[in-house]
Amino acid sequence: MSGLKMIVLVKQVPDTHNVTGDAMKPDGTVNRLALPAIFNPEDLNALEEALKIKETVGGTITVITMGPPKAAEVLKDCLYLGADDVILVTDRRFAAADTLATSYALKCAIERVGEFDLILGGRQAIDGDTAQVGPQTAEKLGINQFTCVNEILEVNNNSITARRSIDGGYEIVSSKFPALLTVTSEANEPRSPSVKRVMAYKKSTVQTEETVGEKFVQQSDNGQIKYIREWNVETIQADPEQCGLSGSPTKVKKVQNVVLTAKDIKFIPDTESEISNLMHELIDEHIIG
Amino acid sequence: MSKKNVMVFIEQAEKKIADVSLELICKANELASQLGVSVEAVALGSDMRNELSALGHYGCETVYYVDDKRLAHFTSIPYARTIVSVIKKHEPQIVLFGATVSGRDVAPRVASELKCGLTADCTDLQIGEHKSKGKVWENTLLQIRPAFGGNIVATIVSPESIPSMATVREGVMKMDEPDTSKSVKIVDEKCELSDEEFLTEVIEAVREEKSVNLKAAQIIVAAGMGVSSPESMGFVKDLAKALGAEVGGSRAVVDAGLLNHDHQVGQTGTTVRPNLYIACGISGQIQHRAGMDESKRIIAINNDPQAPIFDIAHYGIIGDVNDVIPKMIKGYRSKI
Repeated sequence: MSGLKMIVLVKQVPDTHNVTGDAMKPDGTVNRLALPAIFNPEDLNALEEALKIKETVGGTITVITMGPPKAAEVLKDCLYLGADDVILVTDRRFAAADTLATSYALKCAIERVGEFDLILGGRQAIDGDTAQVGPQTAEKLGINQFTCVNEILEVNNNSITARRSIDGGYEIVSSKFPALLTVTSEANEPRSPSVKRVMAYKKSTVQTEETVGEKFVQQSDNGQIKYIREWNVETIQADPEQCGLSGSPTKVKKVQNVVLTAKDIKFIPDTESEISNLMHELIDEHIIG
Repeated sequence: MSKKNVMVFIEQAEKKIADVSLELICKANELASQLGVSVEAVALGSDMRNELSALGHYGCETVYYVDDKRLAHFTSIPYARTIVSVIKKHEPQIVLFGATVSGRDVAPRVASELKCGLTADCTDLQIGEHKSKGKVWENTLLQIRPAFGGNIVATIVSPESIPSMATVREGVMKMDEPDTSKSVKIVDEKCELSDEEFLTEVIEAVREEKSVNLKAAQIIVAAGMGVSSPESMGFVKDLAKALGAEVGGSRAVVDAGLLNHDHQVGQTGTTVRPNLYIACGISGQIQHRAGMDESKRIIAINNDPQAPIFDIAHYGIIGDVNDVIPKMIKGYRSKI
């Protein structure tokens, strides 16, 4: 088998710019159904890097997402864009996972996929902005990581060189495989789906894989229906105690809607003389000079 | 026996200690005094014993210092494993990291290895009680952060996690005046890592001066999505130029490519406390407000009277930035 074995981690996220009041459940977790769900933007940049590597060095791309059944939508997008194999890790027992429990489940799923050279993911997901799942998954797999990668400079069969942000600048770093990279939106402009692939995969369906160790035969890539694999706690041989809420050391104690006590605001009418007076007042008070 | 202290990870670049680490020591003092414990630190680097003495001036009692040439420059696995070994040995109850690129790189690995909780980008940290399912935890770390697009503020706890861990952005916690009469005890720790654990080759590291220093600015004129065209951005820049101010922006404006990230004010950008903050077409999402609501004076210009920015502004002008800003410049010039 030639070429690199790549795994891309993606997430379907609520579009946090359009949150309504009833989007939160009483336990403080997110009611995703109340919001439009989108492909986490930087995960698209990660997939784009994988596609570019596939085109230049060669290899296969397996995409994994963890989420509710609806998250299969982003996997379809991955098929349209050029992923070879897509896996939905879904189970009620994964619900309400914090980053530690999420990375544990992803680690189990990655081990179930088997050997890999490179794992790519977005720097962070826009629902939490924590940027923690990438490094935590790398730690659980015991592999090296580069976060905040802005550009992949060189890839060969056994190593990768990349430019990543550091505080106040950048650095160029190199590592042998296996490694995990998190990618920023600076890295590239993600491509559009291929019409041919959309036609080929739009009828793809989710196929549950119940039995551990069962060899799953994939459909060939020649325009036939392709399956989105679905794995649960048993398929990935995860310890249920380490998944979901029970595997999450952080708990949401309290959630407050933001209510600010208005200061004594002085409204200035939008007229030349009133605005001029305000500026003069600020000058007199030495706020501006 | 360990006193279950509050520990701060000391970040350094070319031996220079990051401001955020000193800010965290100041916050750690507050938390430690409520808990009746002391503040300690963990520092990794090479030949930087002299630089560490400053930690004492801010109230750090003990620093566990791992001196190793291989640790002079940050790399993920060696830093994470070394910090983990220091935490395991000294058993702090709280560990704080700066939410810098390196802090956000290493803290999750440390938390993962210790299987403990970690909350990113906290805007406040407090000590308090947590009750759940009939159990009560006294004196646990309350980790407060805006969440979910900034529409809510969540208080996160990790009561059963030893330690509780959090990251905090630079500028969020205030730095106290240093007291040079106070000193820090430097305790040497060894790096037990083999060369095989150093998997990253750093080929080049380049640090550039930031294109703007918002933290030091006395006046900031900031643009939000009400300033979505290059023309309106021109007005914002004109006003800044007239007032001798720096230009800031909301995340949306930076994401739209109208300003670079150095200009971003807010939870994921820079936290600022200028004398005057002029918010032009900024709606005022909590992440943005978290980065500027301690400004001494705030003028908000927005054509939406319901925009939340007006809740924290001292002066409000309801109108279009393209009309209002030229009037401000004219008014200012008429007096000077």
